[in-house]
Amino acid sequence: MPALVRSFLLRRFLLLLPVLLGVCTLVFAFIHLIPGDPVQVMLGDGANAADVADLRSQLGLDRPLLDQYGHFIRGLAAGNLGSSFRFREPVFSLILSRYPATLLLALTSMLLACLLAFPAGILAAANRGTMIDRMATTLSLLALSLPNFWVGPVLILLFAVHWNLFPVSGMDEPLSIVLPSLSLGAAMAAILARMIRASLAEEISSVYGTAALARGVRRWTVVLRHSLKNALIPIVTVLGIQTGTLLTGAVITETIFGWPGLGRLTVQAIETRDYPLVQGCVLMIAITYLFVNLLTDIAYAVMDPRIRYA
Amino acid sequence: MPDGVIPPKAGILRPLIRHLRRDPIGLLGVAILFSLILVAVGAPFLAPYPAGAQELDERFAFPNVLHPLGLDELGRDILSRLIFGARTSLFLSFVVVLSSSLIGILVGTAAGYLGGRIDELIMRIIDVLLAFPGILLAISLVAILGPGLANLVLALCLIGWVGYARLARAQILRAREMEFILSAKAAGARSGRVLLLHLLPNISGPLIVQAAVGMAGVILSEAGLSFLGLGLPPPSPSWGSMLRAGSQHLLDAPHLIIYPGVAIMLAVLGFNFVGDSLRDWLDPLLRRRLDGIRS
Repeated sequence: MPALVRSFLLRRFLLLLPVLLGVCTLVFAFIHLIPGDPVQVMLGDGANAADVADLRSQLGLDRPLLDQYGHFIRGLAAGNLGSSFRFREPVFSLILSRYPATLLLALTSMLLACLLAFPAGILAAANRGTMIDRMATTLSLLALSLPNFWVGPVLILLFAVHWNLFPVSGMDEPLSIVLPSLSLGAAMAAILARMIRASLAEEISSVYGTAALARGVRRWTVVLRHSLKNALIPIVTVLGIQTGTLLTGAVITETIFGWPGLGRLTVQAIETRDYPLVQGCVLMIAITYLFVNLLTDIAYAVMDPRIRYA
Repeated sequence: MPDGVIPPKAGILRPLIRHLRRDPIGLLGVAILFSLILVAVGAPFLAPYPAGAQELDERFAFPNVLHPLGLDELGRDILSRLIFGARTSLFLSFVVVLSSSLIGILVGTAAGYLGGRIDELIMRIIDVLLAFPGILLAISLVAILGPGLANLVLALCLIGWVGYARLARAQILRAREMEFILSAKAAGARSGRVLLLHLLPNISGPLIVQAAVGMAGVILSEAGLSFLGLGLPPPSPSWGSMLRAGSQHLLDAPHLIIYPGVAIMLAVLGFNFVGDSLRDWLDPLLRRRLDGIRS
């Protein structure tokens, strides 16, 4: 690995650390601003004051905010995110148990999005200004305008209830993943197809593209072998950014489809004011998002030798 | 005249109309938005029933002559609620886009123009905010503050301004080094004059496009938050809350969820069409290329 690339990667990684600390602080500040008393919520309205005070001190909620923050950061460094109020289990192990389901859903959605977007985007770019281009562009805008919390129920109505092809919810059968990933991946496919079209069309009409065509290279060879490679760089960036968006989309999609992942856990934690769990979930999603962005940057630098490591 | 330079005082309305005539999709977007605004403004006259009027015996009624889109779980006319819901969505998206773009442009311009430590600090804050997927931040904030119009606006602005700030900063950095700016400075123009008269008008194109697409984003985010029960509290008519209620009766009364979804889609589509059309129009290079293809 050239020294320049190595120093770029190192710098990029080190830049991540202050952002990570900022994210942790923001999450902590957010959760501790919630009005309402989690202990009261847990014990119900009928609880007596002594029980409330007892549980509060047991959970460390009676200590000064700065103390709690110090405890939180030290815990994080040791991989300890506290215990869930509701599940009475370590937050970390709860998250770990739900994380694979979300990862599976996100990866399947991404794959599906790529399978839809690449042919559509390439066809649109290669036939720019024609009927095919208009159709692909309009269809992608349509997909982009459909909220996933509407697509989900409609997919359930059509494919699970009406035609009985896929299960309504859960993840007990292999086919269970089809509807949630379709609902989650549709918007990503649309964004990706638009990006592929724009980026590829620019490369095709570039000087080297025109020169290749003038030399008698076949059109599809220019499109697929010459232009696509160069067009991939912005496409990978969008893919990275969109992977992060998938993670949040999962919050809603998992709730609709009863998918036992991190997103559904987050919504449950918010509804029950389970502070440590909300903290852990939000943090985990944000860290995954940061990590995906880092990977995207690295891919960007590795793929494009022209990049200035500035 | 050199490539890509728009002649000064060319007027805006006439070239825009000429552009729209050649861009049917953009025209469709304008038509959708125009109708939506009409519906929102004339809601009390257009809606067949008041938003809260109930016919409890007829709950979940399917579309019929009296109620073209049927009744909801509380026996309220779905068409009327959709019409009043247009007000909520448009008002919210307008307020959020206006405030977040103003904040974003101000912060981004300051960062790009002043540079140095201020730029560093602002960019780090933006980095932290961007480390959160937007809607997650809004979900957390509304969950903390509780549902309601003001909190919704606050949460959506908090996630919204970052995009405008980044774009404004990038545009300022690009435009700052252009010759006409340097010559204005060389001629002795003060910072404020350079910013207001020379820089801002020249970076406004992409920001306007972002605002148009941003309106669509706000409508989707509001609906998403309402869907999670974090939107406007009942009984305010909002498309997102209608979707939420509908999803609980998905199997027995699917019409409760179909129509609000179509309304959201149309509004979002309208803004996206207009945003796309504006982008094409404001990009002189692309515009010339398209003109070349068409002529």
